[in-house]
Amino acid sequence: MSPRITLATGARVLRQLRHDHRTLALVLVVPPLLLTLFKYVFEGQDETFDRIGAPLVGIFPFISMFLVTSIAMLRERTTGTLERLMTMPLAKLDILLGYGLAFTVVAAVQATLTSFVAFGLLGLDTAGPVWLVVLLATGNALLGMALGLFLSAFAQTEFQAVQFMPAFVLPQILLAGLIVPRDRMADWLEAISTVMPLTYAYDALARATADDLGGRLALDAVVIAGCIGLALILGATTLRRRTA
Amino acid sequence: MMNSGTAIQIRRLNVRRGGRLVLPELSLDIRSGVVTGLLGPSGSGKTTLIRAIVGVQIVESGEVAVLGDEAGSEALRHRIGYVTQAPSVYSDLTVRQNLAYFARILGAANAEVDEVIDAVALGGHADQVVRTLSGGEESRVSLATALLGRPDLLVLDEPTVGLDPVLRRDLWTMFRELAEAGTTLLVSSHVMDEAERCDDLVLIREGRIVATGSPNELREETHADDLEDAFLALAEAS
Repeated sequence: MSPRITLATGARVLRQLRHDHRTLALVLVVPPLLLTLFKYVFEGQDETFDRIGAPLVGIFPFISMFLVTSIAMLRERTTGTLERLMTMPLAKLDILLGYGLAFTVVAAVQATLTSFVAFGLLGLDTAGPVWLVVLLATGNALLGMALGLFLSAFAQTEFQAVQFMPAFVLPQILLAGLIVPRDRMADWLEAISTVMPLTYAYDALARATADDLGGRLALDAVVIAGCIGLALILGATTLRRRTA
Repeated sequence: MMNSGTAIQIRRLNVRRGGRLVLPELSLDIRSGVVTGLLGPSGSGKTTLIRAIVGVQIVESGEVAVLGDEAGSEALRHRIGYVTQAPSVYSDLTVRQNLAYFARILGAANAEVDEVIDAVALGGHADQVVRTLSGGEESRVSLATALLGRPDLLVLDEPTVGLDPVLRRDLWTMFRELAEAGTTLLVSSHVMDEAERCDDLVLIREGRIVATGSPNELREETHADDLEDAFLALAEAS
């Protein structure tokens, strides 16, 4: 791999997004709008909004980047650009890290904007530091990107890729502890949630917002980093120089 | 050992796709520094053969040597320009942005971007988003990409489909100039008047090489007046 090619790939992915104003607008505007919606759905129940709102700031980037990456990667496969790249002097890691760089930038902007609206305008109140929520949000974006990149190999059409969102992301959100605390779930559900990456992402966010900055938060961060690494390795195995 | 005048040497190549042996025991030599036309009907195995040469096709067995190295090896990634049948460029980037990206990967100079844009006559569209181009223009962006980095071997899968006759003639003139400068070109086509412009021809049918030779040789061999008839004779004899 080479820094020149990795950076060029990241810049190329960002340029593609920049030409797609509508997607960019949706990625940046939808999370603040949804949080605003939450605020008024839970009108008069500020505690509930505080409890759910901050982790949501950190989970939106996961969903956005999962979707955007799985479609972008599927397009690379179906339009033949990936095949072209594979005949060129570029390492698989250049593609993975290039995408990673680009979406880290987008996720950081998205999380900052969402945080500004949530904490600044909507009066979301947390005990923990806001910068940590933004940092975790960016990490979650990378996790979503890495998983999207890997799973895109199993979709042949964009219709299929979009269905991976309810198939792989929604169960994780349901089981992460955001809606029902994990210790109140049936044992088998709790067991499933233990092996889902988003569980740790949510746990980290919940602890960050509760200002519980201890070893468990560090452990969550390590698990998230491990999942990103694992998903990237799995993603790399789906980038083949030769295909059937 | 490979002959110095041979750019591509294929020995007993077997490729299976979807359980079917699409290229059975195929052997073929392609000379360097000339334009070789790969001709055959749709479904004859042209694209599979081309993919095996550029090293993106999973092959069952056999040897494919390209410019002295094994097909698909790292050493070749700077030396081959490859154009797939469908234009493989980013439709949401401009012509120039596409080429600038691929130039960065190849480590080619920025000046080359403008050179290849001019070579495929897209100067007036350089800052247009590819999605808004016509099909023919889009495939020229793809062709321009393959010209970047001055590759020793250009492998073009039906590069002139959907282009107007003037442009097609200009591109063939360019192919000729590239070959004279030492580039090896392998161009697949199903258009017979393009076959006439090649130095060597390879006729492929149902995964088998039916005939090889210069246009003149093929005509003489079959006592045919034109290549179309020559091919018909060769195909029926095979």
